[in-house]
Amino acid sequence: MNRTRTLLGALGTLVLLACLPLLALPVPGVLPGYTYEPGSLQLLALCWLTAALALSYHLLFGLAGLMSFGHALYFAAGTYGLAIVLDRTDVPLLPAAALVLVGGIALAFVVGAVSLRVTGISFAMVTLAFAQAGNVLVRRDQGDLTGGEEGLALATAGVPDALVGVVNTRNLYWLALAVLVLVYLVVLWIERSRAGHMAAAVRENEVRVRIIGGRPYLTKLVVFVLAASLATVVGMAYLLLQSGASPATSTADFTLTLLVMVVLGGVGSRWGAVVGAVLYTVLDQRLAELAHSDAVAGLPAVLRIPLSEPMFLLGTCFILVVIFLPGGLAGAAERLAARRRPVPEGAAA
Amino acid sequence: MSTLILLLATGLGLGGLYFLVASGLSLIYGLMGVLNFAHGSFLTLGAFVGLAAGNLVGAGTWGGLLLGLVVGALTGAAAATATELGLIRPLYDRHIEQVLVTVGLSLATVALFEGIWGPNPRNVTRPGWLASTTDVLGARVPNTAFLNVLAGAVVLGGIVAFLRYTRYGLIIRAGVENRAMVTALGIDVRRAFTLVFAVGGAAAGLGGVLATQSLNYVSPHMGASLLIFAFIVTVIGGMGSLTGAAVASVVVAVLQQLANFYLNNTGDLIVVLLLALVLLVRPSGLLGRPA
Repeated sequence: MNRTRTLLGALGTLVLLACLPLLALPVPGVLPGYTYEPGSLQLLALCWLTAALALSYHLLFGLAGLMSFGHALYFAAGTYGLAIVLDRTDVPLLPAAALVLVGGIALAFVVGAVSLRVTGISFAMVTLAFAQAGNVLVRRDQGDLTGGEEGLALATAGVPDALVGVVNTRNLYWLALAVLVLVYLVVLWIERSRAGHMAAAVRENEVRVRIIGGRPYLTKLVVFVLAASLATVVGMAYLLLQSGASPATSTADFTLTLLVMVVLGGVGSRWGAVVGAVLYTVLDQRLAELAHSDAVAGLPAVLRIPLSEPMFLLGTCFILVVIFLPGGLAGAAERLAARRRPVPEGAAA
Repeated sequence: MSTLILLLATGLGLGGLYFLVASGLSLIYGLMGVLNFAHGSFLTLGAFVGLAAGNLVGAGTWGGLLLGLVVGALTGAAAATATELGLIRPLYDRHIEQVLVTVGLSLATVALFEGIWGPNPRNVTRPGWLASTTDVLGARVPNTAFLNVLAGAVVLGGIVAFLRYTRYGLIIRAGVENRAMVTALGIDVRRAFTLVFAVGGAAAGLGGVLATQSLNYVSPHMGASLLIFAFIVTVIGGMGSLTGAAVASVVVAVLQQLANFYLNNTGDLIVVLLLALVLLVRPSGLLGRPA
C-alpha cells in the first residue's frame, strides 16, 4: 500500500516536471521567469543533469564508500569526447555517442584498475591525480583538439535540428529529464542487484567480504566503471545542453562540488543526491545574481566581499552541514519524520 | 650539459617548494589520518599576508622578504591552528567528515581570497639578486632555486630535529606509530595534533611566500595548483613518511622539469604516470609502511 503510494507520487511528480515546458508557472526567487521560457528551462535542465551526475557520484561514494576526487574526468570524457567526435568526423549523433561511451568505459576501466590498488585517502588522491592529468591535457590543447582555455563549441552538423538552438530548449529539457530518470533507474537497479549488495558489504567491512569468499577489488571496479559510464552519458547530454565543452568541468573543484552536493543531500540517499544537486545548482545561480545586485553593492566591505562570492557562502553552508547536520538533508528529514511518527507499542526501549 | 644542470637545479628548487607543502600534509596524515585539503589555503594566505607585511618594510628589499617569510610562516601556523581547533577537533576521529570539512574550507577560502584580492595574479617585486641568475658550470640558474632548496633543507632539518630531540617530537612519533597506546599511557595526544597542524601550516605559509618569489606573482589559486602536486608527492613518498616526502619531492620536481624540456611539455602527465607506476609496484609508496 505504502509502496504503491510512493510510486504514484513519483510518477505524478515526473509527469508534472515533464509538463513544465507547456505551463506558465512563475516560481519567484528560484527561476528567472515563467517555466516555459528558455532561461528557466535551461536552468531546470541544468539542475536535472547535475542531479544525474550527483547520482552517479552517489553510486561511488554513497554505495561503495569510494571517495573519488576524479569523477570529473569521466564527465569531461563525455563532453569533450562527443564534442571532438562531432567536430572532427561526420559520424551522426547516436553512433558518436555510443563510440564515446565505449571510450569512457575503457578509460574508467584502466584508471579504476590502477587506482583501486590503494584504498581510502590514497585512492582519493590517485583519482585526483588522474583527473588532473585529464585537466592538463584539455587545457594544453594538443593539436587544436580541445580548444584549450576557451573550450570547444558544439559542432551542430551531426546533431538533429530538434536539439539545436534556443528555440528548442524544451527538447533539451526533456532530454535532460530523461537522462535523470534513466540514471536514477540504473542506480536503483544497481543498488538492488547482487553487485550492489556486495558493494555495500565491501563499504561496511572489506575484510569480512574477503573472508566469506567475495572479491572486493572486482566489486569496487564494477561499481567504479558503472558510475564513470553514467557520468560519461550525463557529460554528453551536458554538451548538447550547453552547446559546448568547457575546461572548468574537468577540474578537481568540479568533483569537489559533486561531493558537496551528495553530502548536502545526505550520503547514501538517492533522493538526497538529487535534492542536494538541485539545491546546489539553484543556489549557485541565485547567489551569483545576489552578488551583483545593488543591495549587496551598497554594503560595507566586511559584508560585501563574503556575500559577493557564491562559493564562499556555499562552502560555509557545507561546513555547517557536515558539523551540525550529520546525514545531510535526507538525515534531517528522516529525524523529523521519526519524531512525528508515534512510537509503536512495545518498541520503545 | 649546461641545459641538464639548469633543469636539475630548477627541479631541485621546485622540489624544495613541493616539500614545504608536502611535509605538513604528510605529518598531518601520519598522525591524524586527515587529508588536509585546506593546506593550499594556508599557503595562499601566508603568501598574501607575508607579502603585505614585507611591503610595509619595503617591496623588493631583503628586510622586507625576511619579514615576509616570518609573517607568512606565522600566518600559516595561526590559520592551521585555528582550523584544527575550530573545525577538525569537534569531529574527533570521524576521518571522512574531517576531510569534507577541509574540502569545504578550501572552496570557501579560495572564493574569499578572490573577493578580497581579486581573481587575477598580481606581480610582486623581488630583491634584485633573486630576480637574476648565477652561473653554475655554464648554466644560468635562477637564484630563487637556491633559496627554495635552502628553505626546504632547513625545514626538513628543523622538523627532523624537532621530532627526534624534543619531548613533543617523541609524542608525535609515538602517535604516528600507535595512537591508542600513547593515549593509554596518559598523554594528551590532542595537543600534538594542534602542534602538527601548526608546524605544517607554518611550512606551507613559508612555502607560499617563497613560491611568490619563484613565480613572480601571487594569486588566490597558487595554493590549489601546488597542493595537487604536493598530494602526488605525498602518495609517492608514502603517506606519513617525512623522508619519503623529501625524496619524492625532488624526484617528482626534477622529472617534471626534464620531461617538460625533453619530452614536449609533458611533465605533468609523466608525474601522474610515475604515480601510477609506483602504486602498481609499491601501493604504500616509496618509504611508506606496508598497509
